[in-house]
Amino acid sequence: MDTMRDRFAPVVSRLLDEDPRVVVVLAEIGKDGFTEARRRHPDRVINVGIREQLLVGAGAGLALTGLRPVLHTFASFLVERPFEQVKLDLGHQDVGAVLVSAAASFDWPAGGYTHMSPGDVALLDTLDGWTMHVPGHPDEAETLLRHAVAAGDDKVYVRLSVQSNARRRAVDGERFLTVREGRAGVVVAVGPLLDPVLEATEGLDVTVLYATTVRPFDAVALRRATETAGTDVVLVEPYLAGTSTAAANDALHDVPHRVLGLGVGRPELRRYGSVDEHMAAHGLDAGSLRQRIAEFAGAPARA
Amino acid sequence: MTITTERGSQQYAYTDLPRLMGLMTGDEKHGPAATSTLDALWVLYDRVLRVAPERVDEPGRDRFLLSKGHGPMAYYAVLAAKGFLPVDWLPDFGSYDSPLGHHPDRVLVPGAEIGSGSLGHGLPIAVGTALGLRAQGLGEPRVWVLTGDAELDEGSNHEAIAYAGAAGLERLHTIVIDNSSATHALTGGIAARFEAAGWATTTVDGHDHEALHAAFTAPHEGRPLAVVARVRPKDA
Repeated sequence: MDTMRDRFAPVVSRLLDEDPRVVVVLAEIGKDGFTEARRRHPDRVINVGIREQLLVGAGAGLALTGLRPVLHTFASFLVERPFEQVKLDLGHQDVGAVLVSAAASFDWPAGGYTHMSPGDVALLDTLDGWTMHVPGHPDEAETLLRHAVAAGDDKVYVRLSVQSNARRRAVDGERFLTVREGRAGVVVAVGPLLDPVLEATEGLDVTVLYATTVRPFDAVALRRATETAGTDVVLVEPYLAGTSTAAANDALHDVPHRVLGLGVGRPELRRYGSVDEHMAAHGLDAGSLRQRIAEFAGAPARA
Repeated sequence: MTITTERGSQQYAYTDLPRLMGLMTGDEKHGPAATSTLDALWVLYDRVLRVAPERVDEPGRDRFLLSKGHGPMAYYAVLAAKGFLPVDWLPDFGSYDSPLGHHPDRVLVPGAEIGSGSLGHGLPIAVGTALGLRAQGLGEPRVWVLTGDAELDEGSNHEAIAYAGAAGLERLHTIVIDNSSATHALTGGIAARFEAAGWATTTVDGHDHEALHAAFTAPHEGRPLAVVARVRPKDA
């Protein structure tokens, strides 16, 4: 199967053909996928070289002229390195852009910590007004990329990963989906962690919600799920553990509830290896998840 | 040379600017930080920029991006003199209900193309603005950005200077107000830095209106233009 990132250039190349407002800005990374699109739209496929502050600043300038910029590089260099540009050149200027990252939390573990970005969503969450999509399948990535570009002048983040669920779900760019219903707790699985969560909760009497658009946080879906499954909530996120804990607390602010945030741990591992090894190290493999979810929810196995 | 502008019955000339600035500070004597940009801004708005209060949203207008957002009194005074904002806004400068802060906010200030204050953002945004105009076939509008010499210490500016020169963004213009405030500066280094990146450059007396005008309108085919405007040193 191809990866989410494999879809990025073909999908956005089609959008360049369809919509004269779309302009792509790259900082070397990913440029090969746009060779043909650049021939067709030389002024709307821009490679600024290895200059990530300029990548975001120039994106803001393009937006100020009325265009819809799509900015792409690895998450570390798109969100973390030019964070003040994201905050001021987009937010403070009151203009939008679509930020599309690759490499996620640890898509290339052998590359080491410089290319890991488990904190990207939490960091963007300090800013106002960002929509954040975390697809769990290449087909979903394609759908959410189209939603992102079509979202007027909104500020949208699309987080692409090599991790993927086995099959696509019907995501709509807004709502959490109910994948399984139970009575002893709610588990919210984000993006590519749905498959491990489904495996981990097999036979447990819990509701599983699938989230691919994490901001705005679908408080309505979470509340509705708690009406039958109770107010024990486990968040399973492919980035920093606890990133959405405050959002879940806000959703349930007027009812007694408990929230457990699972995800990538804060300490730097200083390990290379494979994605699976990093998943296990952060307790995100199905076996670890099952133990932690069952312990928290006291969820009995189904008859 | 046009030195007055007419908005309704009100006319303002260059000689009115100290009084307008005095409305913000209660003082007609201003330090170098407030006045270092005054002459360059006046010449630009009076004789060069194709912008007007009634066309602040017109796609074909020239863009002026104030990157050096601290000490914006000269900028507000010029905008007021040219009718972009009411003169009676000036006395409330910096107050809770005023749109005029100690750093400008584009959302609040009519005619301001960007909000600024944090150094090193205007030039990268100006690069994108020039690219966006070009991508839309808007060949007429010119993009101007004003920075300080110390502001060029910010690495983000180096990214923008290197790219704009290599990309030949001829519609892009940078005015560097040089009051010798950069730490670890190389003498003569400002123009050299732009030149090395492929820009056309001119260095002029930042208070000489004719010299500024000549520099602002000098041809620079296929290359962006940097005008280094030398003014009195900050601590002099």
